[in-house]
Amino acid sequence: MSTSKTPAEKVSVDKAPAGEPRPIREGENLLEVENLGKHFPVTAGLLRRQVAAVKAVDGVSFSVRKGETLGLVGESGCGKSTTGRMIMRLLDPSFGKITFEGQDITKMSQRRLRPLRRDLQMIFQDPYSSLNPRKTVGAIVGAPFRLQNLEAEQGVKKAVQEILELVGLNPEHYNRYPHEFSGGQRQRIGIARTLALKPKLIIADEPVSALDVSVQAQVVNLLEDLQDELDLTYVVIAHDLSVVRHISDRVAVMYLGKIVELADRTDLYERPMHPYTNALLSAVPIPDPAQRGERKRIRLQGDVPSPLDPPPACRFHTRCWKAQDICKQVEPPLVELSPGHQAACHFPENTTVSATDAVAKAAVAPGAAAAGDAGSASAADSAE
Amino acid sequence: MTGTAPAADTAGTGEAPTAFLEVRDLKIHFPTDDGLVKSVDGLSFQLERGRTLGIVGESGSGKSVTSLGILGLHNKRNANVSGEIWLDGKELVGASQSEVRRLRGRDMAMIFQDPLSSMHPFYTVGQQIIEAYRVHNDVSKQVARKHAIDMLGKVGIPRPDQRVDDYPHQFSGGMRQRAMIAMALSCDPELLIADEPTTALDVTVQAQILDLIRDLQQEFNSAVIMITHDLGVVAELADDILVMYAGRAVEQASVDATFHRPLHPYTWGLLGSMPRLDRDRSERLLPITGSPPSLINVPSGCAFHPRCPYRDLNEGKSETKRPELVEVEPGHKAACHLPLGRRREIWTDEIRPKL
Repeated sequence: MSTSKTPAEKVSVDKAPAGEPRPIREGENLLEVENLGKHFPVTAGLLRRQVAAVKAVDGVSFSVRKGETLGLVGESGCGKSTTGRMIMRLLDPSFGKITFEGQDITKMSQRRLRPLRRDLQMIFQDPYSSLNPRKTVGAIVGAPFRLQNLEAEQGVKKAVQEILELVGLNPEHYNRYPHEFSGGQRQRIGIARTLALKPKLIIADEPVSALDVSVQAQVVNLLEDLQDELDLTYVVIAHDLSVVRHISDRVAVMYLGKIVELADRTDLYERPMHPYTNALLSAVPIPDPAQRGERKRIRLQGDVPSPLDPPPACRFHTRCWKAQDICKQVEPPLVELSPGHQAACHFPENTTVSATDAVAKAAVAPGAAAAGDAGSASAADSAE
Repeated sequence: MTGTAPAADTAGTGEAPTAFLEVRDLKIHFPTDDGLVKSVDGLSFQLERGRTLGIVGESGSGKSVTSLGILGLHNKRNANVSGEIWLDGKELVGASQSEVRRLRGRDMAMIFQDPLSSMHPFYTVGQQIIEAYRVHNDVSKQVARKHAIDMLGKVGIPRPDQRVDDYPHQFSGGMRQRAMIAMALSCDPELLIADEPTTALDVTVQAQILDLIRDLQQEFNSAVIMITHDLGVVAELADDILVMYAGRAVEQASVDATFHRPLHPYTWGLLGSMPRLDRDRSERLLPITGSPPSLINVPSGCAFHPRCPYRDLNEGKSETKRPELVEVEPGHKAACHLPLGRRREIWTDEIRPKL
C-alpha cells in the first residue's frame, strides 16, 4: 500500500486510462479504491425530483494487497455493505475509482465485467435467503460454470463435488436441496459457490453473523484454511469486532460513510487513535466476569446521525467527548499518523503526533482540499 | 449464591417454594406432523429478586420457549406444558388464562428481541405504553400519558413529551428497544425477561441498553432473566448462568464458576468458539464440531454426545444413559458422565490454556 500518499494525492496522480489487467504479485495491491462514494437520491412529488441524497458512502480510499484480509467494520448504516457492493459492481458508484488488478473497473460495462466476475466473488450474509430453494446444491454450486461457459476438466459434476469436499460438505449431497441443510452447512454451500471458479478476491459481507457461536467458529476457521490453500484475498465486512480481529490483517473502521481509521490489526486493537474506534472497542462485552466494572467504558450518547444529513466537518463530533470547535468547522483528513496507521481526527489518542502536526501535514499534501477536506484551520478561516 | 440453590427440597411436592421464581421440571412439547418437538424437556431453576439469571444456548436449545412458557404465551391447543412455575407463591402452569393475563405485564414483563416487529406500527409509541399501563392500573388517560412520558424519559429517550406521539418507525433501532423497555417496565414488574434484547443492535447501542437494564434493575429490585447466545453479554450482566442444550440445562452455576471453572464440555466448546478481544489473538478458534441437533430426534443418552470430543471416555454411557443435572460443587450443577476429577483435569490442562 502506498501509505505515504494521502487519498487526495492518488486522485490527482492516477489519471492514466484503464489499463489491461496485469499479474499481481504477493504483497502488491490487488484492489485499489480511491475516493469512492455512493449517494442514493431521495425523490419526491410527481416528477420524482431529487430532494435529498442519502450519503451512504462519501469518499473512501483504501487498497487491498494480494493475499491479505482487510476487515471493514462499523455500525449499521455506516456504508460498509454499500462499499462491498460497489467493489463487486452490484451498485454503481456515484463517484470515485475502483482498480482491480491494475484495471479500472469503475465504469466497465456489464458485458466486459463478466469475465472479471470469475476473479471477484461475494459471500452473502444470510444463508437462508441467498440460496435458491428450488435448485439442488449441485445446480447452485455449478451455476458459475454454466454462466461462464466453462468446461471443467473432468466434467462440472466432478468439479462441484471436489469443491463441496473442500468446504467440508459431503459430496454425496450433490442432489439435495438447501432446506435439508443447517445454517452453517448452507453458509458452506454459499462459500462453495463463491469458490467454484477459483476467484482471486472475495468480498465476504457478514459471513458469520447469522450463525450460532459454535458454527461461527467452524466457518471462520474454514475461511482461513481456504485462504492459505487457494491463495485468496478477502475483504471481510462485519460488525463484530472480535471476529474481525481474528481474521483480518488490516482493519478499516467506518463511520457514516467515511473511513475514520485504517491500520494493522495489532495497531488498531492495541493503540486505537480515533475516539470512535476507542468507543467501539470499549463497548464490546468481554466474556470474563472478573473484568466486570474494571474496564473503562466509553459511553457514547445517542444514535448514529442520519446519513441523509450527516453532521458537518468531522461526522463524529456530535457524539465525541473530545470534540472542540475545530471539529465542527474543519473536516479532519485521513492521514498517516504513524507508519501504516491512518486516522481522521483532530485529537487522536495513543500517538505522539499532535493534532496540529497531522493537520499541517495534510495541508502540505497537494490537493488535500480537492478531496473535500478543508485541509487546515487556515484554509477554513480564509473560506469564511 | 441464592439464585441457583438446589431445588431438591421442595421439588415435585407441589408446595409453594420460598424463592421468588421457581421453575420445576418444566416441559414444553409441541406435537407436529413430523413428531414431537421437545423444546423444553425438564428444566428447573430458581431466581430471587434483585438477581439476574443468564440463559445461554444456541438457536433451538429451548431458551426462548422457556421464557414464553413462564409468561404463559403458548397456545394451549398446540403446546403441551407440564411442570410447575411458581412466581411469588402463585403457580402459573395450572392457573387460568385470565389469571396469567392479569399477572403478565404487571408482575412479569418481557423485552423481545426485535423491537420493530414487536411494536404495533399503527399506534404511536405512547398509545402502546398507555394501553399497557391502563389495563393494569385504574387511572385516567392523562395520568397514564404522564406516566408514559416519565418512563420514556427514564429510559433515555430525548424530549419524551414530544416523542411520545411518534410512531415506532420514527424511532431508530436503539430508541425502539428503549421504548420496548419503557413499556415492559411501565407497571414496575418484579420479573423481567429479556429475550436477546441487544442482538439486533449495534455494539455502542448494546452497551447503552445493557447499562440501562442494570440501572433499572437496581432501581426496581426486579428479578431479571437474560436470554442470549452472547457469552459476553451474560458475563457483564448475570449473577448466575444456565447453559441449555437441546431443551435441557447442561450446566448451572454462578457467573464466576461458569467462566472460570466450567464443568461441561459444551460450555468449554462455547468458550473456545468465541474470538476474544481480551486475550491475545489465537491462531485458530476451537469450534464444536457438527451442528445443534433437531429437537424431534434428540440424540440418545447425552444429547451432546455426537459433538462431544470426550464421549469415548465414558464406556458407552454417553450413548445410552442421559446424565442427570447434579450438584458437583456447592451451587454448581452439571450434567455430564465424565468423572468430576477428570473433568477438572481436562479444563485446567487442555481447555483453559488454549482459550
